[in-house]
Amino acid sequence: MRRVVVTGLGLVTPLGVGHKLNWERLIAGQSGIRAITGFDASDLASKVAGQVPRGDGDGLFNPDAFIPPKDQRKMDDFIIFAIAAAHEAIKDSGWVPQTDEERELTGVMVGSGIGGLPGIAEGAVTLAEKGPRRISPFFIPACLINLASGHISIQHGFKGPNHAVVTACSTGAHAIGDASRLIMLGDADVMVAGGTEAAVSRLGVGGFAAMRALSTAFNDTPEKASRPYDKDRDGFVIGEGSGVVVLEELEHAKKRGAHIYAEVVGYGMSGDAYHISAPAEDGNGGFRSMRNALKRAGLDPASIDYVNAHGTSTPLGDEIELGAVKRLFGTAMDSVAMSSTKSAIGHLLGAAGAVEAIYSIKAINHGIVPPTLNLENPSESCLGVNLVPKVAQERRVRAALSNSFGFGGTNASLVFKEFA
Amino acid sequence: MSDVAERVKKIVVDHLGVEEGKVTENASFIDDLGADSLDTVELVMAFEEEFGCEIPDDAAEKILTVKDAIDFIKANAAA
Repeated sequence: MRRVVVTGLGLVTPLGVGHKLNWERLIAGQSGIRAITGFDASDLASKVAGQVPRGDGDGLFNPDAFIPPKDQRKMDDFIIFAIAAAHEAIKDSGWVPQTDEERELTGVMVGSGIGGLPGIAEGAVTLAEKGPRRISPFFIPACLINLASGHISIQHGFKGPNHAVVTACSTGAHAIGDASRLIMLGDADVMVAGGTEAAVSRLGVGGFAAMRALSTAFNDTPEKASRPYDKDRDGFVIGEGSGVVVLEELEHAKKRGAHIYAEVVGYGMSGDAYHISAPAEDGNGGFRSMRNALKRAGLDPASIDYVNAHGTSTPLGDEIELGAVKRLFGTAMDSVAMSSTKSAIGHLLGAAGAVEAIYSIKAINHGIVPPTLNLENPSESCLGVNLVPKVAQERRVRAALSNSFGFGGTNASLVFKEFA
Repeated sequence: MSDVAERVKKIVVDHLGVEEGKVTENASFIDDLGADSLDTVELVMAFEEEFGCEIPDDAAEKILTVKDAIDFIKANAAA
């Protein structure tokens, strides 16, 4: 089977735009969670979110830098975030296909959990108030999930596989795993892969709040709201943004002298077959997903130095994941570091798996594991587990495991290994 | 009615993001101003909104240039 490496990284998150800046802020223990801005949150149960900081300047997101203003109304924000993250990742990789054959072997697989929810909400209002003749011809293409991949391919002329994953909060991880397999099987030499989400809107927050899934106890102290594994955690904090990587067949990357960040060595999947939103209580789904990824990687748990947890800061979910990790790692639990970077950026839903994959790769590259913020009083089950409370830790990371679990009982785990 | 032409041109400039100078009366939305088929649908909707008129699909299909739009609106719109 052909080997797949990561040669480009791109991030748009609540910590800002750019993977280097994201990493600096992440390991410095900064939080991107704030009181919600941009729409009225006064009657919403949760009033905090990880929103992408907008404006002009270092690390701020300015859509005009990627899409002419007249075209921005033709796409919802989730597409613009993806275009921006892809722009950084592709530039970072230095890959510019020159021939038709090269273009045909370069594909895109950027998914989203929800897609154009704000646009759909707006479209429904237009329909109800003004009737069908006033629906924009751009309504459908602005909201369709696979249009993120579509726009990226159009902008860059990538004519290979054009695909989009939709697996709720596992989307980003599934996209990177599945795109890697397309390269392994020879359907492509290069894949631009990841996830994107922009559902921080009245309908999005209202919807998750209706499930009682969101944090509501920290509306006055937003930076404290996302606190995975802490006793006072009370739900996840919704976030937005995009993570995109450039994946490349190893020899292809070597031949052109590309910088290699890490190798994608493991990818495991599973289904809970249990409940639409709650994880199976025995953690079996997450356990099998991780076990399958390690098996594919040919690594034992002792070879994993860092686990980037799904860790959404929900009372039930964190506990179940930790139980599954403990069961899989056994005595190797003593030496592994595990943290949830959602403590800093919130839960980016369909983008989470891709953003966290990039943070895991950065941990390998820099020999630093990012902290779990707000971990003041760990739950009892956390005793003896290094959850990297509040402060980043320097340590060699030979290989990292990143977990993503989604509604519907869909689980994906990725394993990245240092490339020597 | 004298400002119909100016109002039409302004809508075209705003929606297609083209320079004002290029929006001549004989300019074709698709051939000269870079519009695609969806842009032209949106343009017609913007004309309807601005002038408070309804442009039926069979009439909209014949609106290919700036002049076509001005002529139709002058003949059919109250505003």
